[in-house]
Amino acid sequence: MSALERPVTKPRPVYLNLVRIRLPLPGLVSILHRISGAALFLVGLPLLLVGVQSSLASPEAFESFRSALSSPLAKIVLIGLVWAYLHHFCAGIRFLLLDIHWGIELKPARVSSVVVLVASLALTLIVGVRLW
Amino acid sequence: MVKRVVVGAHYGLKDWLAQRITAIVMVVYTLLWLTIAVYHGGVDYPLWQALFANAAFRVVTLLFWLALLWHAWIGVRDIWMDYIKPTALRLTLEVLTVLTLLGYAGWAIEILWGAGK
Repeated sequence: MSALERPVTKPRPVYLNLVRIRLPLPGLVSILHRISGAALFLVGLPLLLVGVQSSLASPEAFESFRSALSSPLAKIVLIGLVWAYLHHFCAGIRFLLLDIHWGIELKPARVSSVVVLVASLALTLIVGVRLW
Repeated sequence: MVKRVVVGAHYGLKDWLAQRITAIVMVVYTLLWLTIAVYHGGVDYPLWQALFANAAFRVVTLLFWLALLWHAWIGVRDIWMDYIKPTALRLTLEVLTVLTLLGYAGWAIEILWGAGK
């Protein structure tokens, strides 16, 4: 078989090993959107309900709720949830824009995923600094 | 005669749309809170109390909560559908999710309308 007849097939990886896959940035935004959503459901939702309920009881309850949030562990959990909310929020808006065919070409889609990652981290940092 | 393909479910357009509409409701509510907090220069107990004592605010907050729970249902169901292949286990998890979210809805109503007393 001559070189001309040989089928042109590049050896492509067929594994789906999550550790070895190099996820493109839009893919990273997507899986973080899912992970942050799951965290908000599992941890954020019940904590939000408990928080609103206990803080509304009285001024003292409001203050004791605030002081309960001042322990380092509570702050770390809270900052994690803030990031989850902000990432889910920013990535969600990006998906809504993609839905209306805004920025669906490769380059703007990459740029917008960087914007989502950076913006949610930067906003978390701002909230985190104020919180701490 | 129309041949119908029984797929055991609808095609998901309604859920897809509901996920997006509930998302927009939550964005609006978030921006409302942000505006109130910035305008008032932070959130203290008197503001917190006054907001939840306001009937209109309670109704708007309930709409946010219902949007949130509906949105969470679609998202969590998607996760179960993607990763949990055994039907019995997936159904169990879906039922538990629905029951949890309905419980949260009752809890939210209890908080909103029990708070003023």
